[in-house]
Amino acid sequence: MTATTELKNIISEENKVYGKTSVLLDNEMHYCPGCTHGVIHKAIAEVIEDMDIQEETIGVSPVGCSVLAYNYLDIDWQQAAHGRAPALATATTRLMPEKYVFTYQGDGDLASIGCAEIMHACNRGENIVVFFVNNGIYGMTGGQMAPTTLEGQVTATSPYGRDCQTTGFPMKISEMVSLLPGTRYVTRESAETAGAVRKLKKAVKKAFANTRENKGLSFIEIVGTCSSGWKQTPVQSNEWMKEHMFPYYPLGTLKDE
Amino acid sequence: MGDIRLMKGNEVIAEAAIRCGCDGYFGYPITPQSEIMETLMIRRPEQETGMVVVQAESEVAAINMVYGGASCGKKVMTSSSSPGISLKAEGITYLAGAELPALLVNIVRGGPGLGTIQPAQSDYFQAVKGGGHGDYKLIVLAPASVQEMNDFVDLSFELSFKYLNPAMILSDGVIGQMMEKVELSDFKPRWTAEEIEKISGSWATTGKKKGIKRRISTSLDLDSAKQEVFNHKLQAKYRAMEENEVRFEKIDCDDADYLFVAYGSSARICQKAIEIARAKGIKVGLLRPITLFPYPTKQIQEMLGQVKGILSVEMSAGQMVEDVRLAVEGKVPVEHFGRYGGIIPTPDEVVEALEQNFLGE
Repeated sequence: MTATTELKNIISEENKVYGKTSVLLDNEMHYCPGCTHGVIHKAIAEVIEDMDIQEETIGVSPVGCSVLAYNYLDIDWQQAAHGRAPALATATTRLMPEKYVFTYQGDGDLASIGCAEIMHACNRGENIVVFFVNNGIYGMTGGQMAPTTLEGQVTATSPYGRDCQTTGFPMKISEMVSLLPGTRYVTRESAETAGAVRKLKKAVKKAFANTRENKGLSFIEIVGTCSSGWKQTPVQSNEWMKEHMFPYYPLGTLKDE
Repeated sequence: MGDIRLMKGNEVIAEAAIRCGCDGYFGYPITPQSEIMETLMIRRPEQETGMVVVQAESEVAAINMVYGGASCGKKVMTSSSSPGISLKAEGITYLAGAELPALLVNIVRGGPGLGTIQPAQSDYFQAVKGGGHGDYKLIVLAPASVQEMNDFVDLSFELSFKYLNPAMILSDGVIGQMMEKVELSDFKPRWTAEEIEKISGSWATTGKKKGIKRRISTSLDLDSAKQEVFNHKLQAKYRAMEENEVRFEKIDCDDADYLFVAYGSSARICQKAIEIARAKGIKVGLLRPITLFPYPTKQIQEMLGQVKGILSVEMSAGQMVEDVRLAVEGKVPVEHFGRYGGIIPTPDEVVEALEQNFLGE
């Protein structure tokens, strides 16, 4: 048996252990090398496929790097103004309560300009899922300080390191929303290893299951990297994230009711 | 014939919304229009028709709820007053950019800034010239009676869905707060999911069906060449509105030597001013724009061979007068008379302004 014949025998349907989800479109991604968005997109897409809810899911994309999230997941999308995704999702779930509605927001979008909208959507307990990607920096506008930027972290607008005395302290959004009676499930995840992605997918599945059971708002923070904004290689970014971000933004479930 | 009631203008907006099959109202209280949401809360339309009513945390959230609801192909609306509409400007330009239908109600009060809670017409520029960023237009309807507050709710939704463009009812604290006899519209059922699919299936984000391309509600396109093509499309839509949707009313114009141009409350005042002026032997008529965009430019131009002068009467420092002057192109004198900051002009003042400007008195 030649090597080619042997390979052909191996590549067969019964031997298939993994394939690209059809919920993820074939468009070339615009994210920088090392960026966490791509992995998170894939995790969400795979869960949507696993749960067979593609036809019933509506995503709301933010302003920031993931403004173009709608180019990658093959579902209906609404593209919100900066920070306002929870308001769009509120109306969408109220008017179509049988659908799975999620927002996908970065730290500038959710924690800064959209702080009011997310707090009130959480407080009302809207039956939606919120994905909050926290990389502690403004990626799209070129690496400026975010509300979640760590103390001492150098960014374009904190060139000498974030001084908390003048700029306030890094905001722990998940802790804040977990205090609100309207939230049902609040967890902080990451996506830098295969194991972390498996945990993330489990959380995503739980969140959409909460929507199915009309349990209210599920909030998933994902601590991620921004190699371009952090001015590090993807490998250095992951190391820096583990060393600096995880201690301040500890992973794990904060609330599950 | 529908129910005849004595109602406040603001209450009628709420009742008309329920009756025309509106799916959702998203608002934030502000004087002088809070009765719209209050009436909806009292009426509990979710029990009667399934209409959703949400008191948002801010005007910004309210208009973005409208954006989300409109994206689903639903009949959705908001209402506010001047400072609140400024906050909504962000969402309004996104609605126009995403080509979504929605009803916006502005019960105008005097400004600028926090201003006063008394009526004014000083949001004309904001309503008809865009108001938010980018080249866009709203369909703007200006009721002059409580009856028209009723009638224009359904009409706004009809035009809004016809052109996939937000429509605004531009009224003021006089008409919002006054009570008049009104014949209410008959109830229309809300659209079913199947009807929405038929009407809005190409763009409404109701969940991607198998074999159908996904729908994206967005105003973003980073490619400038494509943005220009899109802007051409928008401008063509506005020209089509100008061609087909101009609405106006003419009162005592047949033998008029002079013309008032006024909308909304000012038009009501001008009707009384016409009586006073004619009793003095001054033949004056009124052209009342009902649509402020598209504007009745041609209808004003048709009066130019007949009248010797035009007085634009507005509760503003002079906003609509610019559109009158654009229509007239210098062919006859055009003057402005206005009271503002929440002061309502009297008919006698209007006649006096006519005499001073055109009759040398």
